[in-house]
Amino acid sequence: MTNYRLRKFKNQLFFVLCAVCVVIAVIPLLSILYEVVSRGAPQLSVNFLTQRDADGGIGPAIQGTLILIGLTSIIGIPVGVLSGVYLAEFGNNKYAASVRTVNDVLTEFPSIVVGITAFGVVVLGIIGSYSPLAGAVALSFILIPVVARTTEESLKLVPNSVREAALALGAHKWRTTLSVVLPAAKGGLVTGTLLAIARIAGETAPLIMTVLGNAYFFQGFSSPMDALPLRIWRDSLQPYANLQAQGWGAALVLILIVLSLNIAVRVASRGRLRR
Amino acid sequence: MKTLRVSNGGGTTGNLQQARPDAKMQSIALNAWFGSKQALKDIDLTVKTNAVTAIIGPSGCGKSTFIRCLNRMHELVPNARISGQVLLDGKNIYSNEIDPVQIRRRVGMVFQKPNPFPTMSIYDNVAAGLRLTGAKKGQNLDEIVKKSLEQATLWDEVKDDLKKPGTSISGGQQQRLCIARAIALQPEVILMDEPCSALDPIATAKIEELIVQLKNDYTVVIVTHNMQQAARVSDFTAFMYLGELVEFGDTTSVFENPKSELTEKYITGKFG
Repeated sequence: MTNYRLRKFKNQLFFVLCAVCVVIAVIPLLSILYEVVSRGAPQLSVNFLTQRDADGGIGPAIQGTLILIGLTSIIGIPVGVLSGVYLAEFGNNKYAASVRTVNDVLTEFPSIVVGITAFGVVVLGIIGSYSPLAGAVALSFILIPVVARTTEESLKLVPNSVREAALALGAHKWRTTLSVVLPAAKGGLVTGTLLAIARIAGETAPLIMTVLGNAYFFQGFSSPMDALPLRIWRDSLQPYANLQAQGWGAALVLILIVLSLNIAVRVASRGRLRR
Repeated sequence: MKTLRVSNGGGTTGNLQQARPDAKMQSIALNAWFGSKQALKDIDLTVKTNAVTAIIGPSGCGKSTFIRCLNRMHELVPNARISGQVLLDGKNIYSNEIDPVQIRRRVGMVFQKPNPFPTMSIYDNVAAGLRLTGAKKGQNLDEIVKKSLEQATLWDEVKDDLKKPGTSISGGQQQRLCIARAIALQPEVILMDEPCSALDPIATAKIEELIVQLKNDYTVVIVTHNMQQAARVSDFTAFMYLGELVEFGDTTSVFENPKSELTEKYITGKFG
């Protein structure tokens, strides 16, 4: 009987340990959210969201972040998806195996290194100045491996019988991939891509060295541009309370943008389950 | 990626003198391997026009491998290869100048498990073959879809639900949808790889009825585990064992007077 008691106690102890660890893991998350919302929410106003820095707004930063997300998607998503298609559908060789390894390493690459690379190649070498394009290239380096990996994984989930059905009808391999396999993997593709975009939206280090930051709205592809992470970083270094408060507001807006992307992910994946 | 090698399949006319006039398809000294494992050994088999040829035998005897050699699906498996010839209308489908895609367009296939395209509606599933192989805009898809579904005896059951997903109907209906998808392309030969093994007896009876009808317009080759099914639907029966063709003849004589002791043991249920 004592043995039974001891076992029961161990069982309860295990449960309590797990519960305590969950609380420890959740505390930082909730306190960050609380802090950002309580300090950032009072800042939100039409003026704050639309005006430039001199008029007390973060308009240029929001515009810059949206431009960067757009440009990065245009460069990164096609490359990422097509590499993923190659790895999943044609990747039964040594070349693909090495690409896969490099890709995995790149997924975990320090973003500051990506930034300095884009600075050296695009800012100094190609464009000759800080540029939104350089920022988009740096962010693409971060986006592409993630998208390629998730594309490969979701294509591999499509049963082989579906491919065989299309090939047995006399369809070429590219047609089978494009018209049958990719649509079947659509849910996973959308989810993976949106998560990758959510990740690059918050990257700061590569932007410091590529788009620099700017107090004015978009000024062309060979001028510095602002972005929300840069604005947060700049404001946090200021000694003035009102600028620090604007930094909190910018942090809240960035979280809201990432959150709405996450909600979009949920909706997209729910659509997949329903079908 | 593909390691298909064809040892004696150089010319299209090499073995014409061996082709039989009433043969739609014919395999000549056909060997097939998966890596180093030999799955087919010197198969010589003739498939007659507008008839149903059944291939029976225990699991792992090479039945499926054989019919997958008839539309060049075998070579899609990594490290799979063949030697020998397969003639379609007297021409070797493994000769160098022939694109497997053209062969698969002429030799359709129905698989063991119903595999309609999951993202397509019933209508789109039937039209898929024409669209995927680059149908011309002028073709009347509606009419072809209707005719194919009618031939597959599915039209009456789905005519009001053509927009619904192809995977929303029952297993037996899905298999007939796959048959409709295959015949929409007007192939010359239809290969069926145990088409009823995932179906209940009523759905099986419907498919069997359909197979008998199909031979009016097509040449049918069916692989089956079910000997009664072979006896019911086929005109010719081939018995395979361990990768070899043991016996081939018209169905009545194979089932009533088997020449080989092995065949007799198998069809009387003593092994297999």
